[in-house]
Amino acid sequence: MLASAFISGVGLGSMYGLIALGFHITYVVSNTVNFAQGSAMMLGAVLGYTLGIKYGWPMPLAIVAALLICALFGLVIERFLVRPFTTRKSDAWLMATVAAGIVLDNTVLFTFGKEPRGFPSVLATAPIHNLGVGIYPLQLLIPLAGVGAALVLHLVLRRTRRGKTLLAVVQNPNAARLMGINVNRVIATSFALSTALAGAAGLLIAPLFSVSSEMGTLFGIKAFAVAILGGMGSAWGVVLAGLLYGLIEALVTSYLGSVYTQIVVFSIVIIALALMPNGLFGRIAINKV
Amino acid sequence: MAAVSPTISRRLLLAAGAVSLSFAVTFPSVAQEVVKVGLVAAMSGQSAKSGEAIVRGLSLAIDEVNARGGLLGKKVELVVRDDESNPAKGVIAARELVQREKVAAYFGGIDTPVSMAIVPFANQSKVPFIGVWAAGTPITRNGAPENYVFRVSAVDDLVDVALVDHAAKKFGAKKPGMILINNPWGESNEKGLKEALAAKGMQSAGVEKFESGDVDLVPQLTRLKDAGADALFMVANVAPSAQVVKSLERMSWNVPVVSHWGPAGGRFTELGGPSAEKVHFIQTFSFSGNKSPKASEVFTALQKKYPEIKSAADVTPAVGIANAYDAMHLTALAITKAGSTEGPKVREGFYQIEKYDGLIKSYVKPFSKDNQDALSPSDYLFTSFKGNEILPLTD
Repeated sequence: MLASAFISGVGLGSMYGLIALGFHITYVVSNTVNFAQGSAMMLGAVLGYTLGIKYGWPMPLAIVAALLICALFGLVIERFLVRPFTTRKSDAWLMATVAAGIVLDNTVLFTFGKEPRGFPSVLATAPIHNLGVGIYPLQLLIPLAGVGAALVLHLVLRRTRRGKTLLAVVQNPNAARLMGINVNRVIATSFALSTALAGAAGLLIAPLFSVSSEMGTLFGIKAFAVAILGGMGSAWGVVLAGLLYGLIEALVTSYLGSVYTQIVVFSIVIIALALMPNGLFGRIAINKV
Repeated sequence: MAAVSPTISRRLLLAAGAVSLSFAVTFPSVAQEVVKVGLVAAMSGQSAKSGEAIVRGLSLAIDEVNARGGLLGKKVELVVRDDESNPAKGVIAARELVQREKVAAYFGGIDTPVSMAIVPFANQSKVPFIGVWAAGTPITRNGAPENYVFRVSAVDDLVDVALVDHAAKKFGAKKPGMILINNPWGESNEKGLKEALAAKGMQSAGVEKFESGDVDLVPQLTRLKDAGADALFMVANVAPSAQVVKSLERMSWNVPVVSHWGPAGGRFTELGGPSAEKVHFIQTFSFSGNKSPKASEVFTALQKKYPEIKSAADVTPAVGIANAYDAMHLTALAITKAGSTEGPKVREGFYQIEKYDGLIKSYVKPFSKDNQDALSPSDYLFTSFKGNEILPLTD
């Protein structure tokens, strides 16, 4: 029981972590968050299904196309629903991104259809039997993808020139501009990256679950909680918080049954934040006067 | 000033008079020509296919009623509202149907929580509400002194007796476990299954609940397996049921699953994989393997009205169509007996129905003040999926 709880906890946790990485990236670069992340996750799964299964494209091509369109969705959100508000120092981008998510959910409802569809995958057909519990290869791939994404992000942000550019923008946008950095382009890129990550999470979870227009809502909310828990400013923090969250979810369900899961897990989140208000791995926000 | 205003105000008066006269002429005449019946069901979301099936069943029956001259000399018209499987939206829709559309009666959908929310309003507004799918026992057995809720569908308490019998007879189960969705439907069946097991002197291996958004059911199922469950009773809609099946597959636990009719609500084998075909679930009707002339007659009519139906496999789930079809005809009979569309009179009309040769069965005095459910366990049958098609079990 412990082994299977561990596996499924780590799998789902990495999913939350992947989506939460999206929250982290845009926050770290622009102090804004894309509340349509859950819908972006759903978009990735729906596009993967439509292109790969319904229209029969070769799966790698369908996946790349799905991720590109998710990135495009991020660009659109940034350009039309975030930038007009941030340039006017307004916080209305919060509601605007929530609205974008709702609009996308309903558009998909009308075009994709009302029923959940199954997403078959060779990685989720034959379970490997180890430690007395069956695991689909996909369940091993998901945590690897989550941790891999965090690693790549961390290295790119801290070690490459492009990455340092991203960090410079949030430290001081005006100084960054003076140094010749195209601040708007950097922020747009961060949004595109965040929705692409969410789309990738959707593609990874779809074979284990099902594809429907409403699949992203709950994941998006949990991923946001994970991002806050991990500390919005830390890629590693966010992924680790995701894994922790997933593990706690699975363990509580294993030992107490799923009726108590949400109560216990969110109570733990609240307590954790009360003890460490900047998240488990976040740094204290210093206000320079 | 004095020369201008009387002309303008006179014109205005004339115009206003003409408009209000046209309203007076058109609106009441529209209301007089039609008898409206309503439907509150899930037309979107995971149960969308159920709403579609109900609309088809009702429309087919309405076409037949209208071909015979309609009801009380007027054509019957169906007004559909989407409850999105949400009880609050269902109540709003019911209110709209009764108060704005002034329906003579209205039908319910697949979701027990939604129907349960509508029941108090139905009894209070005194317009008959007929269930055609939701099986929660308290829907019709709601204890109201004047009960306006009727049903042509399965009843959870009776289904649970049938599920327990099937598990014992077919699989020799001695200690079955329960995996139930965490909502009023799951609760209704938890009660019914416990009572049915007690009546047969059988022990339960445990009751596990889960949420419809849960991806992984292995923790709950492992607890049941560790408790020695030799069969599982499953009550959930199609997508959560598919997750149960997928989790069982991952555990490689080949336990017999005897289920309520949740799997019939959608593409169970597509969502659950090939091991979904092992699940036995209950139905009140099937076109497949049905030799009655009425069944082939209705099936032909269906194919004519909906050309995308090529074979019985395309009519999944048949239960919605059949229940709705018979319910509409019974409602038409009730309205005819009542000679009016007034709620209390239509309710009395239901009790006065003597005989109706329907699709599911031949009804003889289907409704009385003690029993507002037209179907009983002798009308139930067990089925399973073969590919996309629901087939009765062969034994």
